[in-house]
Amino acid sequence: MIAKQVNQKAWFMVLPVFLIVAFSAVIPLMTVVNYSVQDTFGNNVFFWVGFDWFRDLIHSERFHQAFLRQLLFSGIILAIEVPLGIAIALTMPKKGWGVPLCLVNMALPLLIPWNVVGTIWQIFGRVDIGLLGHTLAALGIDYNYTQDPIAAWLTVIVMDIWHWTSLVVLLCYAGLCSIPDAYYQAARIDGASRWAIFRYIQLPKMHRVLLIAILLRFMDSFMIYTEPFVVTGGGPGNSTTFLSIDLVKLAIGQFDLGNAAAMSLVYFLIILLCSWIFYTVMSNVGEESSPKGGA
Amino acid sequence: MNFNWMAWTGPTAAFFLIILGMLITMTVWEIRVPGGAPRRGILGFETTRGDRLFVSLLGSAFIHIFWLAFFSLNLWWAFALACVYAVCVFIWV
Amino acid sequence: MRLKWLVPVIYIFFLLLPIYWLVNMSLKTNEEILSVFSLWPQNLTFDNYRVIFTDKSWYSGYINSMIYVSINVVISVTFALPAAYAFSRYSFVGDKHLFFWLLTNRMAPPAVFALPFFQLYSSIGLFDSHIAVALAHCLFNLPLAVWILEGFMSGIPKEIDETAFVDGYSWPRFFVKIFIPNIASGIGVTAFFCFMFSWVELLLARTLTSVNAKPISAIMTRTVSASGLDWGVLAAAGALTILPGALVIWFVRNHIAKGFALGRV
Repeated sequence: MIAKQVNQKAWFMVLPVFLIVAFSAVIPLMTVVNYSVQDTFGNNVFFWVGFDWFRDLIHSERFHQAFLRQLLFSGIILAIEVPLGIAIALTMPKKGWGVPLCLVNMALPLLIPWNVVGTIWQIFGRVDIGLLGHTLAALGIDYNYTQDPIAAWLTVIVMDIWHWTSLVVLLCYAGLCSIPDAYYQAARIDGASRWAIFRYIQLPKMHRVLLIAILLRFMDSFMIYTEPFVVTGGGPGNSTTFLSIDLVKLAIGQFDLGNAAAMSLVYFLIILLCSWIFYTVMSNVGEESSPKGGA
Repeated sequence: MNFNWMAWTGPTAAFFLIILGMLITMTVWEIRVPGGAPRRGILGFETTRGDRLFVSLLGSAFIHIFWLAFFSLNLWWAFALACVYAVCVFIWV
Repeated sequence: MRLKWLVPVIYIFFLLLPIYWLVNMSLKTNEEILSVFSLWPQNLTFDNYRVIFTDKSWYSGYINSMIYVSINVVISVTFALPAAYAFSRYSFVGDKHLFFWLLTNRMAPPAVFALPFFQLYSSIGLFDSHIAVALAHCLFNLPLAVWILEGFMSGIPKEIDETAFVDGYSWPRFFVKIFIPNIASGIGVTAFFCFMFSWVELLLARTLTSVNAKPISAIMTRTVSASGLDWGVLAAAGALTILPGALVIWFVRNHIAKGFALGRV
């Protein structure tokens, strides 16, 4: 770490960014806080209800279930995408014509608008017109994501793997590319096993990007909305109603402002806690591992 | 421009003013005594004053939520607990 | 280990298959989609694409999306540059906490902000304008841009700044003439990420627009007509939204690996 010069005037360089983001972040957040302690029948007439919305929310079965579904979903996603991403990154070519080919193709799903991702999978999974659904049906597997919760979950999870594993792959690949060849040569001379190379050379080098990957994947899966909404609409029943979907249903569908605001705040606090933990771990890992050379 | 839709109330306004006040206090404190008094607390990593304030506020929010979830007593008890927690954070973390 | 190349090949096959299916469907007529199951179009038709390119309500969606994405990329990169420089070179009161606060906005779920955003932008008279969507997307793109650029800038040795100042460069001249060329690839990568996240976002873009600035992805949701879903046109519209992304990736393909390291490895 380079010692940075203390310069309070640097605030002026940050100020425009601060103002723009604050405009979009602070005013809405304050509004949400205001709504969360009041009730309304429309026409901007509000009356004070204190913390009733929060009490309702904390004790509501609906919120608990959405929250558990969300945790389960994020957990499954991380458990599959991170190892898979590392495995694919390790097998990718390091040079030659295969590199741009892999990179371009793998980055492609990341740049498809989220609702189009949903549409693609909605079509792909349909039994009547979709390749996946049709093939499964032809194989005699009973698969219908609009009726069967398990099929719906599988569809949403496979879709997310399709959509986002590339991010983990590209991050890990970037980490792997930064390892100098000398490391591998030294390992070969020492007769290190494939596992040893991975454990003691590649993994430490990927440490940081891997943390970024986990952070981004966790956060983004935690606020996933568009893709499952397009594919399943949160159904069948409520089986794929994740937190964001539930929130939008409350706020815009039912116009239940107070309840939605209380839920937003609790949701936001959870996100804040997770971001803080990740951020602290990340900055401390960055500082501690460099002098030790990564362990 | 009409900001009626923000639906301000006395208590929420007071809440945000207190937060603003805290931020101003922290800034003034930082300018008077620069460096943020970094130290390694019981959490095992380096924290500064600002980190401690953040941990106190975030923790207090969760204390209030858990109070609502598990106890039916008045929320002021949770507030008192949060204050004790904040003092602990400033002493030990 | 001889079969190592199989893994990426299978993975890419898995990635391209659903996209192929979408393109395949966009080249079929609705009757064919619903009646026959075929791996490639039996009688190739470009009618679905013709519908999109001739109907203003369709192609204006692409133009709207392009406009607000471009505005957003320009705002994000321009404002993030000096801010990232400040974060990478100076320490000032509250810098770490400001940086963290910026990042939390990248992590905040758009669903939380959707409703107040609608009211905020309505009250200042920006509802249904491109600038509103561009500003709203700044909520997560500006922090991201600062984050990525800060990583790239920290990789540039401080001596460069010091030498320039000794040589009598003023700060703005140094920044434009010397510093920016040094991090050109970083700026490209940042613009790529800003483009990406603004292009793919739907929830906020849909909430903040009704007619004049409606993005293509929101228009796609209305293909449900009286005669049921128009699958062919839907598929064609979807296939066309993939194109700009593919083009952009092609332009940055040589920097992409470095970009994903976020300059921070």
